[in-house]
Amino acid sequence: MNMQLARILPEVILTITGVIIMLAEPLLQKNSSRKPLGWFAVLGTLAALFASMWQLHLPDGTAYFGTVQTDAYSVFFHVLIAGIVLATLLVSLDSIDGSAESVGEFFALICFGAVGMMLMTSAVELLLVFIGLEISSISTYIMACFRRKSAKGPESAIKYFLLGSFATAFFLYGIALIFGATGTTAIAAIGRILTVGQTPLLAVVGLAMILIGIGFKVSAAPFQVWTPDVYEGAPSPVVGLMSTAPKAAAFAVLLRILYVAFPLLHYHWQPLVWWMAVLSMCVGNLGALRQQNVKRMLAYSSIANAGYLLAAFTALSQEGVAAASFYAVTYAAMNVGIFAVVSHAGGFGDRLTLVQDYRGLAYRSPLLGGAMAFFLISLIGIPFTGGFFGKFYVFAAALHSGMVWLTIIGLINSGIACYYYLRLLAAVYSKPVHTDLLDGIPRPTMPLLLALVLTVAATLILGIVPGQVLSLARAGANTLVPYVTTAMK
Amino acid sequence: MLNDSILSLITFVPTAGAFVVAFLPRRGKVIQWFTLLVTLTTFVLTLHLPAHFNYGQTGFQFEQDRAWITSPNIRYHLGVDGISTWLVVLVGFLSILGVLASWNAISTRTKEFYFLFLIQQTAMLGVFVSLDMFLYYGFWELSLVPMAILIAMFGRNRGPQAAIKFFLYTFIPSALLLVALLWLYSKTGTFDFVETQKFLSQYGALLSPQALWWVSLAFLAAFAVKVPVFPLHGWLADVFSEAPTAMAMVVAGKLGLYSIIRFNLGLFPEQSRQIAPLMIALAAIGVLYGALVALVQDDMKRLIAFSTVGHLSLILLGIFCFTVVGLNGAVYHVINHEFSGAAFLILLGILYERYGTYEMSKYGGLAAKLPRMATLYIITTLSLIGLPILNGFVGEFLILSSSFGVHPGWAIAATVTVILNAGYMLLLIQKVFFGPESHLVASHPHSDIVAREGFALVPAAVLMLVLGVASPYWIRTIDTAVSRLAQNVAHVTSTLTTTIAEKR
Repeated sequence: MNMQLARILPEVILTITGVIIMLAEPLLQKNSSRKPLGWFAVLGTLAALFASMWQLHLPDGTAYFGTVQTDAYSVFFHVLIAGIVLATLLVSLDSIDGSAESVGEFFALICFGAVGMMLMTSAVELLLVFIGLEISSISTYIMACFRRKSAKGPESAIKYFLLGSFATAFFLYGIALIFGATGTTAIAAIGRILTVGQTPLLAVVGLAMILIGIGFKVSAAPFQVWTPDVYEGAPSPVVGLMSTAPKAAAFAVLLRILYVAFPLLHYHWQPLVWWMAVLSMCVGNLGALRQQNVKRMLAYSSIANAGYLLAAFTALSQEGVAAASFYAVTYAAMNVGIFAVVSHAGGFGDRLTLVQDYRGLAYRSPLLGGAMAFFLISLIGIPFTGGFFGKFYVFAAALHSGMVWLTIIGLINSGIACYYYLRLLAAVYSKPVHTDLLDGIPRPTMPLLLALVLTVAATLILGIVPGQVLSLARAGANTLVPYVTTAMK
Repeated sequence: MLNDSILSLITFVPTAGAFVVAFLPRRGKVIQWFTLLVTLTTFVLTLHLPAHFNYGQTGFQFEQDRAWITSPNIRYHLGVDGISTWLVVLVGFLSILGVLASWNAISTRTKEFYFLFLIQQTAMLGVFVSLDMFLYYGFWELSLVPMAILIAMFGRNRGPQAAIKFFLYTFIPSALLLVALLWLYSKTGTFDFVETQKFLSQYGALLSPQALWWVSLAFLAAFAVKVPVFPLHGWLADVFSEAPTAMAMVVAGKLGLYSIIRFNLGLFPEQSRQIAPLMIALAAIGVLYGALVALVQDDMKRLIAFSTVGHLSLILLGIFCFTVVGLNGAVYHVINHEFSGAAFLILLGILYERYGTYEMSKYGGLAAKLPRMATLYIITTLSLIGLPILNGFVGEFLILSSSFGVHPGWAIAATVTVILNAGYMLLLIQKVFFGPESHLVASHPHSDIVAREGFALVPAAVLMLVLGVASPYWIRTIDTAVSRLAQNVAHVTSTLTTTIAEKR
């Protein structure tokens, strides 16, 4: 096969899948079910997943004039994103009204979004990163607006769109400044140029701009303001997707930029990231304490989790990169899982919104209640679940680099966090009040069960035998860290 | 052969049972019978430990050490010594009592109840047998989850609040414990308890003393909340009055006290030595406070909660005297108190099943109607008070006599409360069983202890007597581990005093 094409094979597969879905949709009867299109998207995603794994056998290298690179790091995030998209498609198949128009579009948009995110993780050229970011952002803007009928839907989508475009503009401006300072937009080349001679102020400002842009995308404080509103208004399966996959991609990009292009400037960005981490953890957890709306609560929780992930960035070591990658996986598994339960229980239109609406869920459906409890326990960070090992590695890496205060703040935060997760957990297991709400929950369908099995199994495996995933994360980290170690000398 | 895997077997038989329970039909008493079978099997397996215990060996026995996660270096390392052996057996025994106590009390959501109940057993057993500190931490945290869910599900009226309170109280200090563990790991490169102990005794002086001090404090705080030590006992009364009997029985005491002995005394003898005056003072205050508050309770579950605070503080007093006798007494009293306390809670549960209230003032004159129950109540009460020839006496006597030599003032204060203990317990018996028959008692049909309840309580009563008379049999096992521990701490003191003397 053409070597160039092989390096973007998963993206190609997903693009073709999306295009076919777009073309096939108008050919279907007006009222016929669009769900076969969803299953086709599932197949395409599976193919992309295997294609990504196959990429591991390729020799490391770049393609298309050095803009795309496949290495253990990109493959790691490709597989993660494909996994998230797979689970999201299954959850959407469960909760979406299959006969509605534009449902085909929805599946196609998920595929296109995935293409953008995957491109972000394998791009080694800032402009291509930007293109990936735009592809993924635009498809999530549209998906966020999928509940056009409800009042919250368009409001949240417009908020997301305006602030999101603003952030991408920052990102682009940052790229421009860095190009001005170094004369290149290739990430590795920037790193090489910055090692010789003085560090231009322009590059530092550009880096700050990029931090702002990505900070918005991962909803890290102080750029988190949009998150609760958007999550509240968007359909639950979409929230499950956009709280994990685009964030994982953005973190992957940020890690690559910080570690490969700017390892020398670490004394500039390390304190910034430190503060972002601490702020995100505190703002997220304290904000979540007061929320009555489950989706808003999970939104604040995702801000806090971005903080934990950023904590790993500050470690400046292979361990730190591996911990961040590992955390992205564990957070994805449990968060997609919990949104699978929320989507099914609440439906596409959010029938259940408040914490107290979930009272007695375990009585109505032991399966859904048990799954929700399991994911909450993992989010709290109880051992033998993925959430625990995620936090464990992050803080072990931070402590290893001497960040004692960050570790203490982080773990105290995880203590605070358990309060709001517990409130939901206690509600799920207390006696039901709103039986009419709970009676509206349909029986779990096949795709939902598949999605739950996938996420529960992933969370358990990450919690009991994390060795395999961790060694993959390490292998990925190895491709970035040489830059740091050489720069440190 | 069996010796290598016995601890894994003991720990995971309940888990396996839990997953079978998840697939059993909710018909009749199938789940109850099966769980009883699982707990009986576990108990029989735990008896293997004392039966094959090697008294000549001081270190850990029945060890199993396998690689689990290579990086960070986490091993699956299990083992017991004289301190933990009988605690493991105790957990096994109490789990049977737990099933029998829940037999009729838990009538709805039985599958959820017994599933979580069995997971809770695994977590508690795991805490006692883990020698890798990471594994230990895993079980330690895991033990919170089934407990909290069960309190939320089966609480009498404010279950969810009590569950959240319990979880927050114990989880937040545990987070700091994790920081401490990670810090130790970053210095020693191992989570193994034995290795860490060796490292700290050899190179501990090279580490920053201030940091070590904070680390030991983080350990102590996490354990003290779980015990609970005065003034961190805020969660206990609520949990006791909300939790189902089978959970209230095991929630306090042994996990925290065992961990203090194992980790604080084992890893940080010097720091323990330094903080001992504070802990002794807290313990003595706790003994007094528990007894005084218990004296004015009308709700019997809350009464027993505060009485538990008192007893656990007494054990703490024994621990921080650092004498062989005191430590022997402390470990022995952990067993005794868990045991008699559990029996008393079961008796309270039985009373509640029949009359639907825990308020003492509603009862009166039961002894004439329920003579067998009255007898069991009185035996258990006398054991809790610490009447000689019953089990409670041995532990109390050892603790108080050893503390008298070290801290006479506090020991006197603690001894006075033995009288208070007798006061509130006998007051309870008097109010509930004697005096004129109350309206509540008269209006309910009376049924004395039935066979199932007798099956749980009569062996317990007999054991109280046996533990009281034949204590050397148990103490012999405990002594093998405790004497070395006490030496360690004493050794630190002597070197400490010599260095201080040299400085002068």
